[in-house]
Amino acid sequence: MVALDINEHRLSSGAWLSKVKGAAGPLVGLLALCVFLSLSTDTFLSVRNGLNILDQITVLGIMAVGMTFVILIGGIDLSVGSALALAMMVMGWTANVAGLPLPVAIAFALIASAISGLIVGLLVTQFRVPAFIATLAMMSAARGVANMITDGQQIVGFPDWFMMLAIDRHFGILTATVFLMLAVVLAAWLFLRFRSEGRMLYAVGGNAEVARLAGINVPLVTIAVYVVSAVLAGLAGIVLAARLDSVQPSSGLGYELDTIAAVVIGGTSLSGGAGGIGGTLIGVLIIGVLRNGLNLLNVSPFLQQVIIGIVIVLAVGAETIRRRRA
Amino acid sequence: MTDPVLCLRDISKSYGPLQVLKGVSLDVYPGEVVALLGENGAGKSTLSGIIAGSRTPSEGSMTWLGQPYAPATPREAIDKGVVLIHQELQLLPQLSIAENVFIGRWPMKNGVVDRRQMVRRAQEQLARLNLHIPATRTVAGLSTANQQLIEIAKALALNAKLLILDEPTAALGGAETEALFEQVRKLRSEGVGIVYISHRMEEIKRITDRIVVLRDGERVQEFSDSATPVRTIVESMVGRPLDRLFPALPVPTDHPVLQVSGLSSPDNSFRDVTFDVRAGEILGIAGLVGAGRTELVRAISGADPISAGSIRLEGEELRLRDPADAIAKGIVMVPEDRKEQGLVVGHRIGENIIYANLDKLGGRWITPRVKRTFAEKAVAKFGVKGRAEQYASDLSGGNQQKVVIAKWLMRDPKVVVLDEPTRGIDVGARAGIYDIIVNLAKQGVAVIVVSSDLEEVLGVSNRILVLAQGKQAGILDCDQANDVSVMELATI
Repeated sequence: MVALDINEHRLSSGAWLSKVKGAAGPLVGLLALCVFLSLSTDTFLSVRNGLNILDQITVLGIMAVGMTFVILIGGIDLSVGSALALAMMVMGWTANVAGLPLPVAIAFALIASAISGLIVGLLVTQFRVPAFIATLAMMSAARGVANMITDGQQIVGFPDWFMMLAIDRHFGILTATVFLMLAVVLAAWLFLRFRSEGRMLYAVGGNAEVARLAGINVPLVTIAVYVVSAVLAGLAGIVLAARLDSVQPSSGLGYELDTIAAVVIGGTSLSGGAGGIGGTLIGVLIIGVLRNGLNLLNVSPFLQQVIIGIVIVLAVGAETIRRRRA
Repeated sequence: MTDPVLCLRDISKSYGPLQVLKGVSLDVYPGEVVALLGENGAGKSTLSGIIAGSRTPSEGSMTWLGQPYAPATPREAIDKGVVLIHQELQLLPQLSIAENVFIGRWPMKNGVVDRRQMVRRAQEQLARLNLHIPATRTVAGLSTANQQLIEIAKALALNAKLLILDEPTAALGGAETEALFEQVRKLRSEGVGIVYISHRMEEIKRITDRIVVLRDGERVQEFSDSATPVRTIVESMVGRPLDRLFPALPVPTDHPVLQVSGLSSPDNSFRDVTFDVRAGEILGIAGLVGAGRTELVRAISGADPISAGSIRLEGEELRLRDPADAIAKGIVMVPEDRKEQGLVVGHRIGENIIYANLDKLGGRWITPRVKRTFAEKAVAKFGVKGRAEQYASDLSGGNQQKVVIAKWLMRDPKVVVLDEPTRGIDVGARAGIYDIIVNLAKQGVAVIVVSSDLEEVLGVSNRILVLAQGKQAGILDCDQANDVSVMELATI
């Protein structure tokens, strides 16, 4: 019995070590970035700025969780930016034009985004449309619907409590929206690591044929993942609406690329089957800290785009080289 | 007699300690068809690869038209006029026939591709093969036989003087085979030398002038008399006593577990197959490549659809829509391709075992402890040399296969189907896998073993079902089954 315990201990510490190793590169990068910015600016290293960064990454963080699921099964979702806009417009119209209570409007918004995800999932599984194409089409179509709802106009003015979700710091630290993001990240992390449904994503992404022959319902898993990705994009849209106190159909343009970048920087493999939420959180933080720090350093927004491009290449290139050597 | 176009002298080939060819000599004369015959692994494809420049011999020499010949690449061989036509056709379906014929060697004029000349010359080659199709049409949609002929036209356009045909009729029907043979005879009369590789005895006897038999990398015999009986040739092919790699066979009960009747596949890869497997019995399924063995067992395991017939498990008729249905009923499969179908090789052993048992663990939290105990139980139970947290890619082939078996056996299945259970696995590990198979049967499981390795099917099976071109050629009891009787059924 004693021997067994020692054995288990050794195994679990080994497993822990290799777990950290997976996201080690991005984590080192994040820490280096933080040290650099702390030394080169007076304002970076402060509680206040830290909380700012958290506020700034809520939308990206929630979307990146859904994107992690999609990329884990070997897919891609280009429609998340449009699903976000669609959810925002459905919410704004239901609340301010139809006059229904805001919680009902939020529910409608999430349903609308879920439908867009369901259509993508059905296209991919039932009609064998490649995920890239199916979500590219949905990116265009959902954006169009979002525009049609108000003929391209924005809607402003929601109840005060809604706006306060993104402003009011509970316990003097975290806003409700940041809480929401952290809850989503934690739930996703637990789900992926410890639920059988979570492990199915790894099996499907690792090799869909192996998964099918092992008795996993691959089409169902795939549809569920695209629905979840779209719903999380819709949820991110509601968070964005609270932050802006307005909704407009052009919101979230290009967000899909930021989201994919965060997931990939976090070490999740675009070919599927490897990666996880821990890495994605680090990837989201890298993008958030980088944006924040470059602003503090008064780097022009155009140069910022160049730098983020370089970071994506560095992160993925370093990871590929590390894996080849291993 | 004229001089040979190609002479091989004492060709040997080793991969590390494994010697796959041992001093093979062979002459090919212009205008003759030589058959290369042997079991899987006898060295046929290595030898043809050496002639065609895709492999280099470890020892020995070759001459081509009297000159020393040592092609380092297929390109070099093609330039000399030696063309290997693979079993899997290598045509680009979206391009025209003419483009395919001249791919990589487009006729040029003034620095641009001369399309008119390309089409004209391609059409000439097609006419030579009696193929009356416009060279401008795309390859997609042509019959397999015609695609085969286009491959040959491609070789002829390169002025091939020696063609190596690797199982050219594997995907062809009777009439298509006839058409191909007519062209082969025509090429022979034009003085082209042809090396013909096939498993089908009947065809070989009809189309070839000489038969060279390889066994375990050695040239064992040559037959030039067309009156030689098939039996003699097959005996020469398998020709060695079986050794004792196999444990004693299980004793089956009288209780049928799996009853298959009149089973057919939608694409005709197997037709009207009827058999049953009893508890504690091992049923071997033998047949040549393309006989429909894998397709049959995939259908039984729910991986492929059926078009007619029934599958009954303990009397209950099953409707299998996907593998999950079969698994839920207790029919599990160890698939043919370990690395593409059996395991996610980039993931850990423990993960791989869990993937097949997620429904059993479902609804619970799979903590690292649950996962580890479950996986380690499986690893220990089936003698896998490795730990649950090792990556599957780090294991040897034999241990990988044990993981694939172990992931299923945690479920206590009623029927276990193993497709090519020892492909690419060395002899030591094979014995371990045979022990697992026989032990399964001893515990009352109904076992089906599909194998291209005759020795293996003969060694582990109580009965052997032989398939020939999708049809059930017969079922042999182990006491009447031997190399010759199985091969005779398989080559009908």
